[in-house]
Amino acid sequence: MPYDVPHAVSPGLWALAWRRLRSDRVAMVSLAIVAGFLLMIVLSATGLIAKDWAREEGVNYAPPTFVGPDAATAPAGAVPGAPVAGEPGSTENESDLQIADPLADALAAIKAGATKPGEAPPMPDTKSVDPLADVMADIKAKGAGRADAVATRAATLPFGGDKWGRDVLKKVIKGSQTSIFVGIAAAIVAVFLGSVFGAVAGYYGKWLDDVFNWFYSVFTAIPYLLLILAVAAVLQQKGTLTIILILGLTGWTGVFRLIRGEYLKHKGREYVQAADAIGASNARRMFVHILPNVSHVVLVQLSILTVAFIKSEVILSFLGFGVPVDVVSWGSMLNEAQNELILGKWWQLAAAGTFMALLVTAFSLFTDALRDALDPKLK
Amino acid sequence: MTAYIIRRVWQMIPTLLGVILLVFILFNWVGGDPAYVLAGKISSAEQIENIRRQLGVDQPFYVQLWIFIKQVLTGDFGASWSTNEAVSHIMATRLGPSLTVLIPLLIISTLVAIGLALAVAYVRGSLTDRAVMIVCTIGLSVSILVYIIVFQYVFAYKLGWFPVQGWGDGFWHNLIVYASLPIIILLVVSVAPDLRLFRTFVLDEINQDYVRTARAKGVSENRIMWVHVLRNASIPIITHVMAQLPGLLIGAFLVERFFSIPGIGREVILAVERSDFPVIKAITVYVAVATMVVNLLTDLMYKAVDPRVQLK
Repeated sequence: MPYDVPHAVSPGLWALAWRRLRSDRVAMVSLAIVAGFLLMIVLSATGLIAKDWAREEGVNYAPPTFVGPDAATAPAGAVPGAPVAGEPGSTENESDLQIADPLADALAAIKAGATKPGEAPPMPDTKSVDPLADVMADIKAKGAGRADAVATRAATLPFGGDKWGRDVLKKVIKGSQTSIFVGIAAAIVAVFLGSVFGAVAGYYGKWLDDVFNWFYSVFTAIPYLLLILAVAAVLQQKGTLTIILILGLTGWTGVFRLIRGEYLKHKGREYVQAADAIGASNARRMFVHILPNVSHVVLVQLSILTVAFIKSEVILSFLGFGVPVDVVSWGSMLNEAQNELILGKWWQLAAAGTFMALLVTAFSLFTDALRDALDPKLK
Repeated sequence: MTAYIIRRVWQMIPTLLGVILLVFILFNWVGGDPAYVLAGKISSAEQIENIRRQLGVDQPFYVQLWIFIKQVLTGDFGASWSTNEAVSHIMATRLGPSLTVLIPLLIISTLVAIGLALAVAYVRGSLTDRAVMIVCTIGLSVSILVYIIVFQYVFAYKLGWFPVQGWGDGFWHNLIVYASLPIIILLVVSVAPDLRLFRTFVLDEINQDYVRTARAKGVSENRIMWVHVLRNASIPIITHVMAQLPGLLIGAFLVERFFSIPGIGREVILAVERSDFPVIKAITVYVAVATMVVNLLTDLMYKAVDPRVQLK
């Protein structure tokens, strides 16, 4: 058998997986969508798009352009007056509404709406907590005379405006940046912990394995969400890094179990014995020889966890235990949307909900395809 | 069987100790001195001093740990820091409303998901099968928050079919009036992932030889699916349903919060908001114990469903 046949190089695991993936139309479409989202958050993180998301460009609750201006706000937008817009950026801290009763805010807003002829100008920095709803209504009513302040604001925005007249489209792009970044970063932390623990437990076995298994059974005895909430209760400070650590430190168990199983299986194989025979150290055998052979498991777990953590982040931020109040995420947008919907302002809910559903659908479909491509035996 | 149960209970002790240690490290060590945590939340210095004494904050860590272990063993976690209600009383009164929502939900969603999974798996590969799977995948990716917000708005606020929120007295009244919309929402949310999973369990069985044999004997298709296939697919289904159980208690917190149902989940959220550590500690330990007991029950159920399973 001559060795110079043209196709002597046999494709490796990754090349084969990529070939299988490419022949899967659904996978490629979802990969394109996920890549589009990633490009979007990179652009938004570098400030190329959605940099001025906190600017109050439209009237409060400006409707989307395709709906047309609101009958009540249209005259207010047309009032000629001083060209001074409200203080831009002064209200960034208001994006977090923590209202126990979804109706309280609506009632206050309706009350205020009855007294104001035009649209209320930007409110001072008020934290809109339930007991303050009446105070807020007062402030709104007093400010009603200053209707000229909103003269330069647009009556409609491409996809509507929020309570402070900020562009929802820019806001949702910024929110995607936070949510996706938290999801990916937390998944990397969790996968790293799970892989190292799993590798050590599976490779060394004996008492180390017992210790890590004990860890595992302790962490899985507490439901995941309860553990997250307990950690959130203890860590009083809010921050993007805090939530990444909470999710990462509590979410490693699934990866641990899988990687441990893989290491148990691989450590007795011939190639590891061969590595041992040529004098490779334990660490080298674990991470240079075995790890590449189980890396497909790691990759699939990474994408499964990213989706799971994005969902968890949204819930945590919605409850106010997640990102800090001056950061916008899908969860904090949904929090605002809850009260807005009762006023009939559906666009923030639609924007955050659609962006999240699109990314999660694409990401899950891609994960399924990735798993099939990397491990065809599973089919 | 008895020996098996005793051994399993014995094995729970190290895990429970681990949970206690984890909760202790989290709340007494990371969480720090309650005087700092409660600054601004409780104004009475005397009350804070009382709490510090109860926890033994000034004592060495092993004394504090022993205090906590005694609390777990006696089931007496003291009083809530914010309402001064006994934690045991909070647990006892909040469990009922949670279970009123969760037990009907678990029964209905499991039955619906099994029924649909058998039906969809029977016509596998067809247009119906693919359409249902696509709907499930999309339904899965919409946040549970969106479902709750939209359903509450449309069915309770706009159409007025259900009360927007609230809870009353009497089991049946609560179940019919207040719990039905939360149950419907959770049903919509939970059927999609369950159906996807159960379908794969059924598909693993549907091509087995015993199905062909049953068909050759002339057993009706209904009997094949509901008796032969379902019984064999039931082990992974039981695993999945039981594994969900303790998490559901907490997972329903969003619904409990939106609909003001005074359940365990809502209590957790309130406790986290108010830094009410005794309540969170108690709920964490109780739920961990419940998880371990449920895991044991699951293994015993395997034996009941499939006599071939050997309990070791």
